[in-house]
Amino acid sequence: MTQPVLSLRNLQVEFKTRRERLRAIDGISFDIAKGEVLGVVGESGAGKSVTGSAVVGLIDPPGRIAGGEIHLSGLRIDNLPPEEMRKIRGKRIGMIFQDPLTSLNPLYRIGDQIVETIRTHIGMSEQAARKRAIDLLAEVGIPAPEKRIDGYPHEFSGGMRQRVVIALAICAEPELIIADEPTTALDVSVQAQIIALIKRLGRDHGTAVMLVTHDMGVIAETCDRVAVMYSGRIAEIGPVQDVIRNPLHPYAKGLMGAIPTLTGEDLRLVQIPGSMPRLSAIPPGCPFNPRCAFAFERCRVERPEPIQRGAQAVACHLYDSSLKESAA
Amino acid sequence: MLAFTLRRMIQAIGVMLAVGIIAFAMFRFAGDPVNQMVSIDTSAAERAAIRKSLGLDDPIIVEFAHYFANAAQFKFGVSYQFRLPVADLLKERMPATLELATCATILAMVFGILMGVYSALRRDTLLAKAFQAISLIGISLPTFLIGILLIYLFSVTLGWLPSFGRGEVVKIGWWSTGLLTLSGLKALIMPSITLGLFQMTLIMRLVRAEMLEVLRTDYIRFARARGLTTRAIHFGHALKNTLVPVITVTGLQFGSVIAFAIITETVFQWPGMGLLFVQAVQNVDIPIMAAYLLMVSLIFVTINLVVDILYTVVDPRLRATISRPA
Repeated sequence: MTQPVLSLRNLQVEFKTRRERLRAIDGISFDIAKGEVLGVVGESGAGKSVTGSAVVGLIDPPGRIAGGEIHLSGLRIDNLPPEEMRKIRGKRIGMIFQDPLTSLNPLYRIGDQIVETIRTHIGMSEQAARKRAIDLLAEVGIPAPEKRIDGYPHEFSGGMRQRVVIALAICAEPELIIADEPTTALDVSVQAQIIALIKRLGRDHGTAVMLVTHDMGVIAETCDRVAVMYSGRIAEIGPVQDVIRNPLHPYAKGLMGAIPTLTGEDLRLVQIPGSMPRLSAIPPGCPFNPRCAFAFERCRVERPEPIQRGAQAVACHLYDSSLKESAA
Repeated sequence: MLAFTLRRMIQAIGVMLAVGIIAFAMFRFAGDPVNQMVSIDTSAAERAAIRKSLGLDDPIIVEFAHYFANAAQFKFGVSYQFRLPVADLLKERMPATLELATCATILAMVFGILMGVYSALRRDTLLAKAFQAISLIGISLPTFLIGILLIYLFSVTLGWLPSFGRGEVVKIGWWSTGLLTLSGLKALIMPSITLGLFQMTLIMRLVRAEMLEVLRTDYIRFARARGLTTRAIHFGHALKNTLVPVITVTGLQFGSVIAFAIITETVFQWPGMGLLFVQAVQNVDIPIMAAYLLMVSLIFVTINLVVDILYTVVDPRLRATISRPA
């Protein structure tokens, strides 16, 4: 097997408060291959965005990576000195944030921002960088880029600004793009265009994409594989069709059951009782056990480790083969 | 853009008219100017003649129009104490005040921005905390006290700097400058520090607060994610966004610097407009007081206008809203 572009091994992220250490990410592992799109879903606070920030080394204090390893194409990057990490950000890992309206500096022309980023990472003359910026804007679908390049961010619509943000993320041909809820702030018709654009760019350049979202529709449409996160852990990970059609983890089942369908008869949407625990009050054993209909004694005591089930991996005691499969 | 500038200029003229009315009222309510010009044994007929020649028996509206027309041409009448045209007196004193105020403002901006940026970026260092402490002193100590302390230390005890006056000045046309001689520069140091200290601490605190605010924004986070250097992020992206409010405050404060100069000029016997004004108050020299009022207002209004226009240079979003008024 070829080397994955991004590889997380037992990553842990902690936030130190005055009273205690809160573990926002508690031992997650996954790989993203070249050209692959991995979706990361979960409720707010499940640790999706923190995972993205951890990969680019942008966790704000008091948060810090407390354990585990991050590898980018074989290079360990979680313990690099800040200046080395800075050179990787923007060059080898591109990032797209949620809100395009606030991601761009309002006082600089978009062209200047793109040229600045290109020239930070690639030795290029001003003119060459400008030409490249125009090409990039054309590639992300901005009409009349040679004119628009001199515009200020406020002269662009939300969708157009997100295209500019994407152009900025890909301007140094990164191996990996981390898109942190790139469509949440956009309206639905624009969402589809942006998703199609990210997908196309990933395919054309062989870029690996980590797509953080809580929109299952976006996941189904875009991703090759999907990781379902709950309380800083991965509940289930696998090929997108398998996880959507045949979710294994009770939480994943609940999540898929909560997607409204157009063909659906007038049934009530499935609802998972309760809400995700606060970081300071994660129960022992499986963090999902207080809300889980299938929980038994072991779930309250022992933390489930991922169990391989075909192409899917699921962290749930129900699938432990040493146990008789009675409840699955 | 042009329409915006014109509109702001018309507003400025309105403000100046209002100030003119107040200045004019000072003459009306502070005694009869004729009585102040003539001696006790002047006959009533002569007084009437003077009154007529000065246009003081005209209806009040005509008189005001007259006053304002003169003021617009910088004719403010004759000083009671010096028997010289007020305009000439102001012209003679203005360079001293403007040099002092400009010097103080530059000092305040340079050190205020440097210290503000430093204390925002290196929040927990000892030096940043020292800056915070200094700024507290600068904000709370009254100007005259700082001036007197400086004089005590550097003039009386150490004998390094002159305690009063402008030193030697050089005439360039009608403008007299102290910037070209050593003694002039030495004399400028302490008054500038005294006058600029308050502004400096104000700017420093403003820059620090704004900078901390800007560093938390999404576009700074995104700039980090793009892998820009720390220097580019702090001094390119963050500082420029910090400067908009700093320009406003510094600009508007320039007017107060000139007004506050009254105290500093008195402490250091600086031969500027402020000292002239204090002397005028002591001698009830109304033409000078009225003219000073008009001049300071004119400076305030002009600065406001310039600041408004400068905004649009720094912030492109304002250019758009101005050229397309809602």
